Amino acid sequence: MAVISYIQAVTQALKEEMQRDEKVFVLGEDVGKRGGVFRATDGLYEEFGEARVLDTPLAESAIAGVGIGAAMYGMRPVAEMQFADFIMPAVNQIISEAAKTRYRSNNDWSVPMTIRAPYGGGVHGALYHSQSVEALFANQPGLKIVMPSTPYDVKGLLKASIRDNDPVLFFEHKRAYRLIKGEVPDEDYTLPIGKADVKREGSDITVITYGLCVHFALQAAEKLAEEGIEAHVLDLRTVYPLDQEAIIEAASKTGKVLLVTEDNKEGGIISEVSAIISENCLFDLDAPVKRLAGPDIPSMPYAPTMEKYFMMNPDKVEKAMRDLAEF
Amino acid sequence: MGLEKINMPQLGESVTEGTISSWLVQPGDQVNKYDPIAEVMTDKVNAEVPSSFTGTIKELVAQEDDTIEVGELMCYIEVEGAGSTEEAPVEKEVVEVEKSSDSPASSSQSKQNKTAISDDTTSKTRYSPAVMTLAQDNNIDLNQVEGSGRGGRITRKDVEKIIQSGDIPTSASSESDQSENKRSESATAQPSGVQTAEGDIEIPVTGVRKAIAQNMVKSTTEIPHAWMMVEVDVTGLVELRNSVKNQFKEKEGYSLTFFSFFVKAVAQALKEYPQLNSTWAGDKIIQRKAVNLNIAVAKEDELFVPVIKDADEKSIKGIAKDITALASKARQGKLTSKDMEGGTFTVNNTGSFGSVQSMGVINHPQAAILQVESIVKKPVFQDGMFGARDMVNLCLSLDHRVLDGLVAGNFLARVKEILEKMTKDNTSVY
Repeated sequence: MAVISYIQAVTQALKEEMQRDEKVFVLGEDVGKRGGVFRATDGLYEEFGEARVLDTPLAESAIAGVGIGAAMYGMRPVAEMQFADFIMPAVNQIISEAAKTRYRSNNDWSVPMTIRAPYGGGVHGALYHSQSVEALFANQPGLKIVMPSTPYDVKGLLKASIRDNDPVLFFEHKRAYRLIKGEVPDEDYTLPIGKADVKREGSDITVITYGLCVHFALQAAEKLAEEGIEAHVLDLRTVYPLDQEAIIEAASKTGKVLLVTEDNKEGGIISEVSAIISENCLFDLDAPVKRLAGPDIPSMPYAPTMEKYFMMNPDKVEKAMRDLAEF
Repeated sequence: MGLEKINMPQLGESVTEGTISSWLVQPGDQVNKYDPIAEVMTDKVNAEVPSSFTGTIKELVAQEDDTIEVGELMCYIEVEGAGSTEEAPVEKEVVEVEKSSDSPASSSQSKQNKTAISDDTTSKTRYSPAVMTLAQDNNIDLNQVEGSGRGGRITRKDVEKIIQSGDIPTSASSESDQSENKRSESATAQPSGVQTAEGDIEIPVTGVRKAIAQNMVKSTTEIPHAWMMVEVDVTGLVELRNSVKNQFKEKEGYSLTFFSFFVKAVAQALKEYPQLNSTWAGDKIIQRKAVNLNIAVAKEDELFVPVIKDADEKSIKGIAKDITALASKARQGKLTSKDMEGGTFTVNNTGSFGSVQSMGVINHPQAAILQVESIVKKPVFQDGMFGARDMVNLCLSLDHRVLDGLVAGNFLARVKEILEKMTKDNTSVY
């Protein structure tokens, strides 16, 4: 098994799926000749040509709309939003069209499209290059939202998303791109969308999170283990629809649950996780379900001190975990 | 003179590390602020790292070709006048403060906090749902449990440890406080530790089965039972019923069973012997005015005892109608709690299974139960000669706290008398 970075896993998945199925093509801003501003589509233009690696105008609604049309016609487009923050002009296409086409047409039509977008902060990206947008889409039946944390999960889940017959939003944490490395098998594999994954076993507290925060939780867990506090870490991987069974199991295991996201606190993915736990786990709970999240302010600021204040990090997670363990 | 650090700067979005391709300075070199000190290669850019200070390079910590994470130390630089107002010293202070939180001084402080916590028992009796559930399921007296949580709170782990250790602190007083209900429940609904062998079927005890079990245990543990039986000659009654049954069925649409006659006779006798239509209430006995008769109706693995209300005010036909309605409701699972409540005495048709003798368990909190057994044709001496007679046994179980043999015997004799007088000539079913 080779050790590769998070973004290399993206590139490999795209490349292998394009080799496997000629219906797969990518489109987005700067994805072609430039190979993507983050280099996610590096080398694809050279290998597959301009017909399958489309540089688009700066018009996200068109990127999504073209993708939807091509998908309904039988293609498997992988559209890239250069930053998740820029997805807003495409929201009408995604929610009103992509998410509803199968339902609206009584199964006659479907939209097997994947939309990739880098999200998240901690890279001095300021207001429009740091946001988490998953909660905006997380009450739209018809959509799936995948937010992997490791190169292994990225590759397996991106392949599964491309092969999925319905629209999938695939959010990649931009800070994880080069920060996170991990082993990835050489052979072809996919991972199930809609299944959470236990990243660490423990019996004292349960941490449920997704994306880059999984690593913060794991780092904090290692530190706490030295003090005898063993944390159970569940990585949601798919944030919509949620893996209720895994959430209930993980929460019941310790009865002390910390939910972590770098998104704003109110109305986020973890709020729904909290609701699932309170509906199902009352008699196993040993402490209030805790949420650790970004503050409810419009976006991540540019000033380093302010960015640090907003952004999640291992120290904040560790502090919240210890607090819960001591409850 | 003070020593400062130069760390790997952030060289672009998503860049988390850089490789030093070459150092542009050597230890001892004088540099000005913003002078390039090294060339760094990242995934995205090749860049020169500027010095954050003016001073003398002291030590190159990172080597060429080393890959350094953003924020990690690259080199030390000696600057004029320690504690300058530059950005880095501030950062350094922050670092030191963070570091000091791991130092012995602060850990002793956190220890102090911990001892303070252990003295604090404000949350000692504040139980989480998990702790309450475990304590109740395992009969743990939480007053005797030490809490390891904040404010002395008992955590789920504390309770789980106790359960695992097997040394469960139960409260003696709480044991004796337990109601009879609890005791019968524990006698019926607790796992008994009986082993199962291969091929055995385990049937979970739930719902009606559990309720039956609890009531039976309660009844037999609480009520001192005594038993009596009389034999009744119902030849006349059989003749009466057989002569009208077909016509009755045709006319009314339901069957006229023997049981209806027995219920009628019991209701009548209860009116004359209200002692049997009563309840033991600890310091008193309550005699009921209403004669509401429970009848037992079995349905597969379930047993129901619906009530014929005011049986003493109903004709044999009225009783037959009630029995038909209740039995059919029971079979369809449509009995309501209204159909089941208010019973004062129970009549059980054990004869329908072919039984000729049985010892009924009293339907708590009633004072007695009467079992009507099978009607059997027997040779019987009568007036000095044998005759074929229809005979039936009536078995009575009685609460010996409420009733004695005499009154129970008189009651049975009266039921017998009523039944034996039921003939074609003097009894109407309407």
